[in-house]
Amino acid sequence: MDSTYKLLASFAQSMGVIYFMGIFLVVVAYALWPSNKARFDEAARMPLRED
Amino acid sequence: MSTQAPQKESIWAKHRILETNSIYLVIGILLVVSIGGLVEIAPLFYLRSTIEKVTGMRPYTPLELAGREIYVREGCYNCHSQMIRPLRDEVERYGHYSLAAESMYDKPFQWGSKRTGPDLARVGGKYSDDWQLQHLSAPRSLVPQSIMPGYPFLAKTELNYKYISNAMRANKIGGVPYTEEQIKNAEADLRAQADPNDPNVDAMTKRYTERAEKTPDGKEQTVTISKVNARDFDGNPKMISEADALIAYMQVLGTLVDFKLYDGKANIR
Amino acid sequence: MTNATATAKSIKAGEFTGIAIAALAAMLMLYITAGASDPGYAFHAFVGFAAAVAAVFGIGNRYFKRDPEPIPQEIDGKPNYNFGPVKFATLAALFWGVAGFTVGLVLALQLAFPVLNFDLPWTNFGRLRPLHTSAVIFAFGGNVLLATSFYVVQRTCRARLAGELSPWFVVLGYNLFIVIAGTGYLLGITQGKEYAEPEWYADLWLTIVWVVYLLVFLTTIWKRKEPHIYVANWFYLGFIVTIAVLHLGNNLTIPVSILSPKSYIVWSGVQDAMFQWWYGHNAVGFFLTAGFLAIMYYFVPKRADRPVYSYRLSIIHFWALIFLYIWAGPHHLHYTALPDWAQTLGMTFSVMLWMPSWGGMINGLMTLSGAWDKLRTDPILRMMVVSIAFYGMSTFEGPLMSIKAVNSLSHYTDWTIGHVHSGALGWVAYVSFGAIYCLVPWLWNRKEVYSLKLVNWHFWVSTLGIVFYISAMWVSGILQGLMWRAYTELGFLEYSFVETVEAMRPFYMIRALGGALFLAGSLIMIYNIWMTIARAEPSTEDSAAPAVGAVPAAA
Repeated sequence: MDSTYKLLASFAQSMGVIYFMGIFLVVVAYALWPSNKARFDEAARMPLRED
Repeated sequence: MSTQAPQKESIWAKHRILETNSIYLVIGILLVVSIGGLVEIAPLFYLRSTIEKVTGMRPYTPLELAGREIYVREGCYNCHSQMIRPLRDEVERYGHYSLAAESMYDKPFQWGSKRTGPDLARVGGKYSDDWQLQHLSAPRSLVPQSIMPGYPFLAKTELNYKYISNAMRANKIGGVPYTEEQIKNAEADLRAQADPNDPNVDAMTKRYTERAEKTPDGKEQTVTISKVNARDFDGNPKMISEADALIAYMQVLGTLVDFKLYDGKANIR
Repeated sequence: MTNATATAKSIKAGEFTGIAIAALAAMLMLYITAGASDPGYAFHAFVGFAAAVAAVFGIGNRYFKRDPEPIPQEIDGKPNYNFGPVKFATLAALFWGVAGFTVGLVLALQLAFPVLNFDLPWTNFGRLRPLHTSAVIFAFGGNVLLATSFYVVQRTCRARLAGELSPWFVVLGYNLFIVIAGTGYLLGITQGKEYAEPEWYADLWLTIVWVVYLLVFLTTIWKRKEPHIYVANWFYLGFIVTIAVLHLGNNLTIPVSILSPKSYIVWSGVQDAMFQWWYGHNAVGFFLTAGFLAIMYYFVPKRADRPVYSYRLSIIHFWALIFLYIWAGPHHLHYTALPDWAQTLGMTFSVMLWMPSWGGMINGLMTLSGAWDKLRTDPILRMMVVSIAFYGMSTFEGPLMSIKAVNSLSHYTDWTIGHVHSGALGWVAYVSFGAIYCLVPWLWNRKEVYSLKLVNWHFWVSTLGIVFYISAMWVSGILQGLMWRAYTELGFLEYSFVETVEAMRPFYMIRALGGALFLAGSLIMIYNIWMTIARAEPSTEDSAAPAVGAVPAAA
């Protein structure tokens, strides 16, 4: 019981950090990727365009 | 739903990609938000250390369960917590800090989030039934500075327990270990607990305090594992009122676990 | 629609199913009304019966009155927006808002003057408090979210709302849920779980409504004419999807009988506590934050007439926010019987949550860069900007209070109430008021609200109210927390519990004054909106507000 808990805890702690950083980096890369810039600039103006 | 029929294959293909994009968005949201919940909630079910090993806990009797429904109905949890934190002043003010085991049959839990009034986790046995009845009906007649609403109607309203055995059945489906015998005798047991002269008092008490256990050498023996208060809680023998049920519930709060037998060190989490 | 006679009218599948289901539901409701275990439940079943009958007649009437051919998706190359349900939800939000603020004021007065409980079942604090929280969060906030999400998704997708009956089903069905939930609390029908009080049958009904809501929203996105899904819609989608998950997880109950309103949750004790605050905190995170951030991301740029400060930041904001929020629930259970590892996780993530929250705040505020002068002249924009400032303040206070040492003092006290109201009044209500002030002239084809001067009055009166409210709660909360743990020189507890209650009284009065001012502000808004709609003055074509509705532009 005790060892299962410790094993799980250490796994969660180490892999957790890697996992969070991974997701965060993917999101940041997606947001800052140069080729996405034009698309995002366009999207930002969507509410302002009238029809 | 009411999208127009696609006109050209290329437009249709393009449209499809857009559709799947929002589906990816939904899947992404689901993935991202389910992780936190799973990691925090799932272990509570399989880590055995979550709920301590204690002596004395038992499911609520029918009368206590009906009283708990009144407690929930009147929204007592909006002002009273049932969770003593392991802080010096709280332990001195209210008693031993609350254990997870003490609410293991609570559906729903009533730990509360605000103490406009004091914590009630160990209110059982602190005051007499008379005090409780008077305090419920007119709080400021006993505690002049109190801001609690009065509940004079509880003692005047007859308890509706038509569905009490169904209620116990629903609890049982949700994991509360009621026996078939307890469910079968629910209404009789409810009446017995509120009337000390009821011939069924002993049988009711046994049903909730005794358990058959096997001794190491394989013999069956009956052990007393808990206790039950059976008396006319509201002092009115003519009717089983809502006050009877509510006071029965409050008088058992925090009194079941035998802390003389509780080993805190064995349960460090 | 001149060629109405040319086409034969046929009943649509949606109309037919709608009538059939409503008729079946009416029969079921009648059965429950007859056999219900208590009068409150019988009343609810009767309300359900009446609603089902009304649905049969409503759909039937609509069928007989409508044109044979389907409503056009576009008129003269412009989307034929469907603003009927948006208008309904906007007005419902105003109604429930005032109702919810009023009940809040009554509760505040009850705490200062307990005689106002009247010692009756239907008027005591314990039953009214869920009525207040549900009315402001789910009735007021929920209708604001329905109205704005149905508006924003149409405008940013340049497509008519999907379905014809479904959007109406969502807004009317949601408000029926509100009526059932609210009257239920007064009648003593409750699950006893904070912010999830409605019983099993109301929960079941909400689930159906919510699934249709998600489908209408998604299908509208699928119809869009824009390549990109605007970020406000991401936030709306995050809100809708996550609330569905939370609602199901926290309301898995076993009804006692179909003839009884009572049910028991499948979880017990500590697990139920964890489920509850996973739900409870994310109701804050996804209902009161993600949904209203969507409002910020559309209405602030629109009103300021400039794009959001950084679209890239908004994407990071979105993912970081929804990822971190879901973990924060256990900070409601510090020092309880919840295992320590879960408490520590909750605290860690709550502190980290500070960052995306402030990222969002910066993004909202900086949208104004280069247009700060508008804050002087435009009270509506000012209201929204102040709401973002309050958002920043309460998302700083939240992580602070989630630190265990701070929480040991603040928990169970009025500090929590003050924190909630700085978020609820300052952020949620203000950004909603701002959105409603923008939305009403757009929906009813007015140039501007009836009086910007009155908006200004609303702003200052309610701001004063908020300041009274939260400062009173800070003082009373910290004071009571300190009194609880105060010791005499001899090592005894210095105060009995009731002495600490007595010490709160002046602050409860100041809080009630703050609440009264906030309510007064909202009444000014009601008058202003009423005059905006009632005054028949269709805007001209060159107005700032776009021409909307089924009427196409003359040009």
